[in-house]
Formats: sequence, C-alpha cells, structure tokens
Amino acid sequence: QLSLFRLAAKRPFSTSHSSVDSEEIKKFQLLAHKWWDEEGEYSALHSMNDIRVPFIRDTLMSMSDNYHLGNPLSGVKILDVGCGGGLLSEPLARLGASVTGIDPLEDNIRTADRHKSFDPVLAKRIQYKSSSLEEIVEESMETFDVIVASEVVEHVADLETFIKCCSQVLKPEGSLFITTINRTQLSYVLGIVVAEKIMGIVPEGTHEWEKFVPPEELEHLLESNGFSVKTVNGMLYNPLWGSWSWMESTSLNYAVHAVKSGAQGQSGLTDAPAEMDIQQHSATAGTAG
Amino acid sequence: LGHDIHFHDKKIALLEAGPRKEYDHMPDSYSNRVSSISPGSATLLSSFGAWDHVCSLRLKPFRRMQVWDACSEAMIVFEKDDLDDMGYIVENDVIMSALTKQLDAVADRVEVFYRSRAVGYTWPLPSHSCDTSPWVQIELADGRRLQTKLLIGADGHNSVVRREAGIKNIEHQYDQSAVVATLHLSEATDNNVAWQRFLPTGPIALLPLSDTASSLVWSTSHEHASELLAMDEESFVDSINSAFWSNINHSDFIDTAGAMFRSAISLLKPSGTAVRQLPPSVAEVDPESRAMFPLGMGHATEYVQHRVALIGDAAHRVHPLAGQGVNLGFGDIACLAHHLSAAAFNGSDLGSLKHLLKFETERQRHNVSLIAATDLLKRLYSTRLAPLVLLRTWGLQATNALPPVKVRI
Repeated sequence: QLSLFRLAAKRPFSTSHSSVDSEEIKKFQLLAHKWWDEEGEYSALHSMNDIRVPFIRDTLMSMSDNYHLGNPLSGVKILDVGCGGGLLSEPLARLGASVTGIDPLEDNIRTADRHKSFDPVLAKRIQYKSSSLEEIVEESMETFDVIVASEVVEHVADLETFIKCCSQVLKPEGSLFITTINRTQLSYVLGIVVAEKIMGIVPEGTHEWEKFVPPEELEHLLESNGFSVKTVNGMLYNPLWGSWSWMESTSLNYAVHAVKSGAQGQSGLTDAPAEMDIQQHSATAGTAG
Repeated sequence: LGHDIHFHDKKIALLEAGPRKEYDHMPDSYSNRVSSISPGSATLLSSFGAWDHVCSLRLKPFRRMQVWDACSEAMIVFEKDDLDDMGYIVENDVIMSALTKQLDAVADRVEVFYRSRAVGYTWPLPSHSCDTSPWVQIELADGRRLQTKLLIGADGHNSVVRREAGIKNIEHQYDQSAVVATLHLSEATDNNVAWQRFLPTGPIALLPLSDTASSLVWSTSHEHASELLAMDEESFVDSINSAFWSNINHSDFIDTAGAMFRSAISLLKPSGTAVRQLPPSVAEVDPESRAMFPLGMGHATEYVQHRVALIGDAAHRVHPLAGQGVNLGFGDIACLAHHLSAAAFNGSDLGSLKHLLKFETERQRHNVSLIAATDLLKRLYSTRLAPLVLLRTWGLQATNALPPVKVRI
C-alpha cells in the first residue's frame, strides 16, 4: 500500500488512463519473494525461458549483420517491462545485452536487485527500477533497441496507452516482443479453471479471463500505433513435464514480434504475419516435448 | 568447454593435484599406464584439437580384438569390415600432454591451478531469499578461495566432491588387483591386434604399443598379483606366455561340447566361425615397469545436484576387462559439454538443475547397462564350474557368429 502511494505521488504528468492496475499489483505483492524458486509458484515462468529466450535471441540475430555466437546480444539495449524478479532479464543479460528492468512493485525490484547482486557480470549489465512504463517515457525517448513485455499485457489496465508508450521509448526499427494469453473458451477452461483452480500451475486469482487479449486485437492495436507485426506464434505448456513448446494455434498462449516503423508518423505497413520457422542453430537445445 | 564458442566470456578454473605434464617428444621407454581409446573418444579429442597432438606424440591403432576363454576353445573376434581402426592404445601421459597444450590455447578463459587441492566446500543453501551467496565456495590448501556457479567433480573413484556433496556411492571391491607392465615381444610383428584371455583368476590382456612392444593388463587375485610383482623377470615373462598359451584349464567335456556347437554354427552360418590366432610371445619385460593397483566397481546414486556434476570415475568405476573405463568418462564429458553449451547459448544459469538432470538421465541410461554387463562378465568368467563355462562358451561362440550383436558391442 505504501508503494502504491509513492507511485501516485511521483506521477507529474498523470493522465486519466494509466497502464498500471492497482488491483493487479496487490496480487503480486504476496509472492514477491518467491520468484527464484525454480520449483515454486513461478516454475512455469522459469521454464518459459526455454522458448522465449531462444525466440528473442534468434529473431534479433537474424535481423543483425554481425553478431558473435559467444555474445549474441552484445550491444543491444533491452527494456524488460514488468520484469518481476528478473527471470527474463538475467538470461538476456548473460547473452550480452544491457537490460533495464522495470516493475511497478518495489518488492519485486528488491528481489531482482538482490538476486543479480551475487553475479558481477549481471550486476553490471542489468539496471532495475521500480516504475511504471509511463514514468520512464520522459527520460527514455527512443532509447531502447528492444522492448520485452512477457506475460504483462494481460495484467495491464489500458493496453493502447501501454503500446503507445512502448512506441515512444523504442528506437525506430526497434523490436517489441510480447507474450500473453488469448481470450477463448479454451483459455478459460485450461488457463483459469485447470491451471489455477485444479492443478495450481499458476497461483489462484493471478489471471482474469476478461483481461486476456486476443491476438487480432493486439495486432490491430499494434498496427494502428506505428508497429508492423512480423510474427505471431502459439505456445503450449505441458504440465506433465513442466515444459513449453511452440504450436500452430494461438488459442491459448502466444508470442508476438513487432517492429516499430522507421519513418516518423507512418502507421505501419500491414505485412501478413508469418508463422515462424523454428530456427535450429547448431548449439540450441531442443525443448522437451 | 574452453574451446566452445558459447563459452566465449565465461571463466573456468581447473584444480589439478598433479604437476604440469607436457612433452615435446616422448622418452624411448613406454609408460606402463595406457588406455584403450575408442573412435568416439578420439572424435571428442579432435573436436578441440587435442587428437592432433596425440598423433604427433605417439599412439598405436589396432584393427582387431580377439577375446577367448581359458577353459574352452570359444572365442570372439571383433574386427571392422572396412579398414577403419577399432581403437587406439595411447599412454596416459600422452593424453595429458595433448590436453595441456590445448588448455594453454585458451588460457584466457581457463585457469589451471597445478598442484592444488581443495580442502573445504561450502554449498549454497536451498532457500532462495537468503542473503548469503548462492554459489559454491571452495577453499584451497594454500588458503585461496574460489566461488563458482557450477562445480564439476572429476576427482576419481574416491571423489571428495561426491563425498562432500553427500551423494551416496554404491561400491564393491573386487578381490582382484591389476598388474601392469611394459613388455617386449620375441619378434617384431604388425601388432595391430588386442588380445584378451579370460583365465579363471581373471582376464589377461596384451595391448599393442608398437611393432615390438605391448602393454600388459593382468587382473588377478591380490596374492597372485603380489607374487607376479615379486618374481624375477624371467619367471614373470614365463607366466605371461603360459597364461596365453596353455590349455591346462580345458576339460574334454567342455571341448567336445564346444566343438559340437561350433559345427552346428558352421552348418547354419559358414562364416560364423573364425580361426583362433595365437598372440605374440613375450621375450622380456621393461625393468621398473611392473606395478599393481586394486580393482573395484562403483556407481554414484546421483550424478548431479544443484550446482554440482560428477563425471568419469567420480560417477562410475568399472573393471578394466572391457577397456571402457576412460571411454565412459569421455562420453560423460561430451554429453555434459553439449548440455552446458546449449544452456550457455540460452543464457541459463550454468548450475541450474534443469539441464544438469538431462545430462544425468542420458548418461545413467548409457552407463548403467555397460557397468552391469561388465560386472556380469567378470563374475561369469571367474569360475571353472562346467555349467557356467558351457554357458559362456556357447554364448561367446553364438555372439561371435551373429554380426548384429557384435556390431553393437
């Protein structure tokens, strides 16, 4: 409650729409110290790294002319929005990127800071800030090469504002990666009923089905705000093995890669989003099926 | 790992109890500690450039392996149809030197602490929100401290890492010791065959080193091993020759039964029987080259834990009768390196159990069956009892006649 108060006080240019939803914050407060238990409440997010990190890595490598296999993301500035305990920030930093992780919940940032502090390499490459996306827009116009918003947009109060802010802090031709959950009957049954109430894959109450985002809606919002959607791909979680894999259908979880258009003011060319070829680099581990 | 591209900016420390070993050329005499290197292991060594050094120092490829019983005429011959080598006999010092050279090549990433010993380990607590370091802390004998995200225990069958990590080990001391020596043959020969004969007291093997020299590995009872070491050189040489050549353990019954089976096979499969060749005779032994060491088997119940992995003899120990001990270790290395490389390319924490468990599953599946089979063979061949001799005689003859089974071995 104290942290929410601070947030309200810090917002000088507050708009009536904000992307941060205070109800959502309360849900995550309780679990702020559980982030790094690989077998605990956040185990599904830990194992999601096995597909989302290669996705981000390979996409960026394919868009770049020169990269070093030992340090593929070197020189890339990444903003991890809703970074939580830093689960995704750390692997991206290990691959060479300079990562700024932001999260509205101060306890999350505290956990993330402490966890990175033991590793001298990570401590240098990652900066964490307790903040919402709007709050950093002023000082970070067109600063980042990449924005990652993984498992965040389904918790956001105003999606369009969120996307507009992303566009403002992203460099032209910069990449935006989003992973989220679709709003379908199937996602209600599997994502809420089974995942939360029955199997406890996700702590109960974490998600509200009404806030799930269908890919069509997300694509439309992106395209009308200066982005060109390049890739949309479905993701599937296998609770038996605790592992994620890619799937054709986007009826459950899905990932999106969009690129901010280069010229000012252009409202995105509408490329037909392509199904992604899973790129097999010689040293990539296969995900357990 | 130092040569792996995905490890470009990682730091690796190697703690080695022995001194630095590097040779530009080998001394004239051969060392009595040699290993039989499989083609798979050779591929691993060449993947980071070490095999070239081995070849430039010295090694002996062999094309054929003959394994036979002292109690019967049964034998099995392993041979590759094409002119590939079956394996290589390499002195351990040669391998060490080759590895040292390649370690020097990545000295910016791999730091080797020669003549060092770890005296204390501090393991990370499982709790994830504590304030102490989540890494493994190591204290060296000279007082230096190191910390690491992943500790790999490669410290042999009496592994301290394994013990300190609290990993249980299933072990069993065989009532046997192995006697090793460097032998000189009576006459020069192509010497590209590895010979092994199963005596009731244990297998005796002759591994080629050059046209005129071979290495001896004779597993036998502790008392006999001590006797062999104590006797004068001439008697020692005589014992070896008679071990290979004498038929004292044959019985008529077994011989007849064996002959019957062999004729049956030659009816069904004419190419299934082979002529038994005789190994070369030994003229003398290198003075000072005789040594013995006790044998046992062992298998760790777990190969990995959070931030710890065991490889090689620290994880498993086998009887030398199959010549597989070091190759199992190389297999462990290839597998662990593969998984660590992929994990590094994914930005994962190298000590994370997730990929370590994949390594453990893959290797345990492979190793357990081989270790069990080796142990079974050892027990099967330790007896003169007729039924078991018959069983293994027929078994060996059948295996020799069946190409698919042989190829798998």
